[in-house]
Amino acid sequence: MRDVAIIGAGVTRFGELWDKSFRDIGVKAGMLAIGDAGLSGSEVDALFIGNMSAGRFINQQNIGAMIADYAGFALKHIPSTRIEAGAASGGIAFRQGVMAVASGMHDVVVVGGAEKMTDVDDASSNSILDSTADQQWEASMGATMASLFAMIARRYIHEGLATREEIASVSVNGHAHGALNPNAQFRKAIKLESVLRSGMVADPLGLFDCAPISDGAAAVILCPMDKAKEYTDNPVRVAASTQASDTLALFQRDSITSFASTRMAADRAFKTAKLSPSDISVAEVHDCYTIEGLMAAEDLGLYERGRAGKAFLEGQTLFDAGKVAINTSGGLKARGHPIGATGVAQIVEIAEQVRGTADKRQVKGARYGMALNLGGTGSAATVSILEGI
Amino acid sequence: MSSTAREWREIPGRYNLKGSKCPECGKVFFPKRSMCPLCRRASIGKMIEYKVERKGTVYTYSVVYDVPEANKRMKPYVVGMIRTDDDILLTAQIVDVDPENVEIGMRVQAVLRKIDDDGPSGVIHYGFKFAPCE
Amino acid sequence: MDVGIVSYGAYVPRYRITPEEIGKVWGENGKAMGKGLFIEQKSVPAPDEDVVTISVAAARAMMARTDVDPREIGALYVGSESHPYAVKPTSTIVAEAIEATPDLTAADMEFACKAGTAGIQVCMGLVGSGMIEYGVAIGADTSQGAPGDALEYSASAGGAAYLIGKKNIIAKINRTISYTTDTPDFWRREGQDYPSHGGRFTGEPAYFRHITNATQRLLADAGTKPGDYDYAVFHQPNGKFPTRVAAMMGFTEAQITKGLMTPYIGNTYSGAVPIGLASVLDIAKPGDRILVVSYGSGAGSDAFDITVTDRIRKYKREAAPTVEKIVSNVKYVDYATYAKFKGKIKMEE
Ligand SMILES: [Zn+2]
Repeated sequence: MRDVAIIGAGVTRFGELWDKSFRDIGVKAGMLAIGDAGLSGSEVDALFIGNMSAGRFINQQNIGAMIADYAGFALKHIPSTRIEAGAASGGIAFRQGVMAVASGMHDVVVVGGAEKMTDVDDASSNSILDSTADQQWEASMGATMASLFAMIARRYIHEGLATREEIASVSVNGHAHGALNPNAQFRKAIKLESVLRSGMVADPLGLFDCAPISDGAAAVILCPMDKAKEYTDNPVRVAASTQASDTLALFQRDSITSFASTRMAADRAFKTAKLSPSDISVAEVHDCYTIEGLMAAEDLGLYERGRAGKAFLEGQTLFDAGKVAINTSGGLKARGHPIGATGVAQIVEIAEQVRGTADKRQVKGARYGMALNLGGTGSAATVSILEGI
Repeated sequence: MSSTAREWREIPGRYNLKGSKCPECGKVFFPKRSMCPLCRRASIGKMIEYKVERKGTVYTYSVVYDVPEANKRMKPYVVGMIRTDDDILLTAQIVDVDPENVEIGMRVQAVLRKIDDDGPSGVIHYGFKFAPCE
Repeated sequence: MDVGIVSYGAYVPRYRITPEEIGKVWGENGKAMGKGLFIEQKSVPAPDEDVVTISVAAARAMMARTDVDPREIGALYVGSESHPYAVKPTSTIVAEAIEATPDLTAADMEFACKAGTAGIQVCMGLVGSGMIEYGVAIGADTSQGAPGDALEYSASAGGAAYLIGKKNIIAKINRTISYTTDTPDFWRREGQDYPSHGGRFTGEPAYFRHITNATQRLLADAGTKPGDYDYAVFHQPNGKFPTRVAAMMGFTEAQITKGLMTPYIGNTYSGAVPIGLASVLDIAKPGDRILVVSYGSGAGSDAFDITVTDRIRKYKREAAPTVEKIVSNVKYVDYATYAKFKGKIKMEE
């Protein structure tokens, strides 16, 4: 297996991009990444696209072909593959790209992630999101995604693992970072009280505990590590990219206050990278709901069980706190959560951090960073560890 | 979206909590599975029907305010995870109780209610919800 | 061999609205209306309840009290004027829910408020003739009253289920007779949301004529007189009519009180007499004699002469809640909530 490098990264603005179509944002992110890598584009020999539900959001399937075409690759007839794994679509597309390069099957790969969510109404987009849970035995029974995480939050509080305030502070942390990210959907810091007072979505979670509905796309360019210097002076090494799964329905788990898929993927990643949580300076964790981000910090081993809440509340997770910085992009809550784009956008953020180009939110001296992208209620998990060279 | 056949084939689970039991290791599953994840090949074709206990306790719950179309008239409604008396965890709505009176550990029993329909001219889907025990 | 009731179960939704609350919306003195009709409150089904779910709840309570294998049930009838489908039976859903399928016959019945007792008669015939071992008859409704109409003060929701058979009967049905004429006092045309009625025409030529005729014919056949019965249950579109018809025929208040549920739950239409009888069976002792007379607009009455058997001592009555218990679990709603629950507020589909 070959070592794989990220040689370019690009991300569009996230938000309600009324004047942009799926094709527009998908191609834009790809072009930004190709430009960042200093490629002409003709070097690319495969495309992997993370996308959750263009079929239901814009009524378009065959997304691999569509993106290849509008990115100008149709004439080259390179393979283009769309990957779907709920909200983990982007992260898992990244892993497919890494495997393609590591194996020697491809040399220069573009991994994109994109979602155009605002072309349908809120009720429809919620229904689409709910279908990443068990449609037949959760969603149909009245469980929304928000309510599933609310049930996790209630257990967390009930078992004394976190307080309501600690859970809410994940959102405060995200917004503090979003304010520093020009591409974030919400570029405004918020107070804890605002989260606690936001309108109920699924008790105990309010509107500010939940990621917004967003449009956006992100892309990275991969090539073998030994060829990376041909393209850039600032490559990022993929130290690990792992994946794990779990039961589709949350109720089938032994525990709902920890995701085994996250723990397994993290464990495999640290082993592959020969690193431990203490080596990590910066992490992008999946926080579609505040409780999800808090639990992720513990499942990844960045904090002991029941300790992450205090860290978020006290601001130890901020980019300049000197501890492991969490969600410096703003996270899913403040940066935005165009489903299929999220996993790739996390990789973009960590790549920027470990190569030192994260601008106002740069974590000082960050060498190793990690990303956790989750699908459903942790039924799909992918962890990547990146190293700045 | 018409889901007539898709819902029809789930009637045993939806109406009567029919799951399955592995004859090899004795583990029970809801919803039904055609294979035991523990015994795998040894269980294929041998899984037996198992009727889950209709009483249980609330393991966790949420009061849903941002509700799907199907439940607009029920807003806010309670959804919970119920641990049945035979130790199966499942997700269902909790009805016939005010949201502020629901609590973890509360005793509940399965009832049959409307869970959705395919619009005013479509098929009505019925399934289990849970209500406080008498 | 005798045919009778092997088991029974009842169900009434927990929500209630008062005549006063309804009257407030329509500029009427609801309190006085309620007093005149002798209705203190009426039940309201939750948005996820309908005749199917009410029938299933009643049927499951019925099955909980007996050891009869549901596969021995040879017929199942649901009588209602508010079946959720115009075409597609309620009875098949109920049969599936109590695991009586597939070896049985099932059908839905409609005869205004007496479709439930009509089902009992059909089951008696099938059981008596030996065609089936057990039959289930259910009367249930989520009846509709047009907004602002007098019916809105009474039309409610509830139902009861009866397992009819020959073995282990807790109450023997000594005889049943019916009195039927063509009397259009109340009707609903296909496609209409709400029923129409003949106002005062629903009284003397309709309710009173049919109930009294059916009762007198049954008493004559049985050679009994009102005083021979421990309990009498008459159809109860409100609290006033059954009280008056009882007095007219020489029945006392003591005889009808236990079976008179409408003042507390409203008019459950096809469920009314079955729920009233269930309330009586909840406290009945061996040897108790019960007169039951239903009335369905359009019109007809079914009368039953019933004697409680010794078997009721061994009967698992406690395996399901009594009617008294069911109707004590109450949550009051305002008119706006009631209108939302009942689908009277037009919503975007
Ligand atoms: Zn097994």
